Amino acid sequence: MENKIIETDKKVERRSFLKKFAILALAPIAFGFLGASDKLKTVKKWMLQNGYIPSNHKWGMGIDISKCIGCGRCAVACKNENNVPKEPFFFRTWVERYRIYEDGDIQVDSPNGSIDGFENTRTTNKKMLRSFFVPKICNHCDNPPCVQVCPVGATFKGEDGVVLVDSDYCVGCRYCIQACPYGARFLHPETHTAEKCTFCYHRIVQDKLPACVEVCPTQARVFGELNKKSSPLVRFLRMNKIGILKPSLNTEPKVYYANLDMEVK
Amino acid sequence: MEELIQHLTPILKEVWGYIFPNEIELHWGILIVLYPYLTGLVAGAFILASLVKVFNVKELQPTYRLAMLTAMAFLIVAPLPLLAHLGHPEKAYEILITPNSTSAMAMFGFVYAWYLMAVLCLEIWFEYRRDIILWAQKETGIKKWIHKIISLFSKDISEKALHFDKKWVKIVTIIGIPSAFLLHGYVGFIFGSIKANPWWSSVLMPIVFLFSAIVSGIAMVLILYMIITPVRGKQLDILCLDKLASYLFYVMIIDFSLEALDFVHRVYESEESIKILAYLVSNKLFISLVVIQLFMGMLIPLAMIALIKIMKSPPDLKKMVYFISAILVQVGIFSTRWNIVIGGQLFSKSFRGLTVYKITFFGLEGFFASVIVFCLPFILLYILTKILPPWEEARNP
Repeated sequence: MENKIIETDKKVERRSFLKKFAILALAPIAFGFLGASDKLKTVKKWMLQNGYIPSNHKWGMGIDISKCIGCGRCAVACKNENNVPKEPFFFRTWVERYRIYEDGDIQVDSPNGSIDGFENTRTTNKKMLRSFFVPKICNHCDNPPCVQVCPVGATFKGEDGVVLVDSDYCVGCRYCIQACPYGARFLHPETHTAEKCTFCYHRIVQDKLPACVEVCPTQARVFGELNKKSSPLVRFLRMNKIGILKPSLNTEPKVYYANLDMEVK
Repeated sequence: MEELIQHLTPILKEVWGYIFPNEIELHWGILIVLYPYLTGLVAGAFILASLVKVFNVKELQPTYRLAMLTAMAFLIVAPLPLLAHLGHPEKAYEILITPNSTSAMAMFGFVYAWYLMAVLCLEIWFEYRRDIILWAQKETGIKKWIHKIISLFSKDISEKALHFDKKWVKIVTIIGIPSAFLLHGYVGFIFGSIKANPWWSSVLMPIVFLFSAIVSGIAMVLILYMIITPVRGKQLDILCLDKLASYLFYVMIIDFSLEALDFVHRVYESEESIKILAYLVSNKLFISLVVIQLFMGMLIPLAMIALIKIMKSPPDLKKMVYFISAILVQVGIFSTRWNIVIGGQLFSKSFRGLTVYKITFFGLEGFFASVIVFCLPFILLYILTKILPPWEEARNP
């Protein structure tokens, strides 16, 4: 009888020990989550102070390839607006030039991301079949592979559909850069954190347009709401035949191209 | 920043075709090549050790404890290249306290901790407990205390307790095998799950990683055993070597078949990326993939071991061939990791161009740093063998 009591005591002891052990082991994770949710609250507060309610919006961009003249003003404006390093290795947006020849040969280039413009250097005498410019930008995918792979959740998709990076949280592992199929991300050489287009988030929360859209002389870029019928973007989607980049990857981009060529990847 | 710009500017001129402007900087360098290489050695050495305990391969007994310590030494060093590579190593703890549940990389801390604490430490402790207690009884000074602490002040070496130890070594090994598979298969998944990169994105990746890990682990223990034993003035156990070489041969056949399957599958499916990948393999990766990985690291050792097994050779020739094969295999597996990690970043995701990888000599991500990281496990192994001698004669009767 006595033995039995001692045994049950031991069992209870073990159980309570295991409980305490589990609490101890999970405590740092719990604190981490609390810290993270606290941070989220401050971000929300900042947006609400600006009268911006993320859940009321769903942002996207339309790009009409036939309107782009390759002047590169968008890339310049982006670098100035967002303090992107001026060196030719870091871009939140850039413009590509495609030259497709009659024999099927294709030349693509984007010298300094189009910032210095494009030289009219023809290296061949072959006859050109078609040629055009393609502005590139983060696609703010609805199913973003970069968000999926971020080990700490530093990059996330907001309620307004914009994919952002919290540089305070980013550990600089560069996994998101590897996961992006569009080459839209880079590691900032000074902050050592991942960087990308934010649709000029600091501007759109104040009802302003992204810098690249604002400066485009031909209005090749259209920015707006995806869920509001009156938005210029919805009109853009209604009036054009639309394509997206790398549809087979099922990333569901929110950057839509009108007059997209099959050679653009 | 200045340094990075100076490093990147000349690369601009060496780009072939068109690559996205953000792709000029190659993001995962030699340190990230080392990481799967090191974890592969951990998993491989552990699987080799488990052959003794679970599958009762008696011939391999002389290498059992050495394999366990090798796995330990490499496991301790494995996170270092990752940490050194991070843009913000001081924030690395975030991966543990706020992990993103959809990220393969976020699981790293948990898989690693599980493997270190629940598998390797436990198994080594149960395996060595009796010897540690007996060593501590005989020793004096600091060594006595080190052993007393490592034994966690246990003293019971009764028949019953030893039986308990033995049972638990077996249980932990049985748990350890899937854990080792998890540890390295998971590293393969980090690469294999990136759909943006056709060179990496393959369901076979974790399995290929796993088998190449076992290959490298067996080869590493073979090399260590063949160097350490003569240095200690002891005789090499030829039966053990034969068995090691046989296992090396079998696993290499599986590894080779898997890689061949992956290759054939890619060529046969001939997807959008096939042209740029073919160009990559026949140009930038020709030396490291076709010459080093395939011929030097796979076909030549396979042929050599097969020949030596068929023609009943004298022991000295056998030893030489085994040793050379193991070294070649080691170079080959390192090359495999290189081809996966670096190769996967040499081509543009526009599938229209290739970039180059220029290794720097100095700095945290340079050549010298990686040499130091590579040497660390061996130094650690030396220290471990001093604290927990794996040799037969060190065992207490």
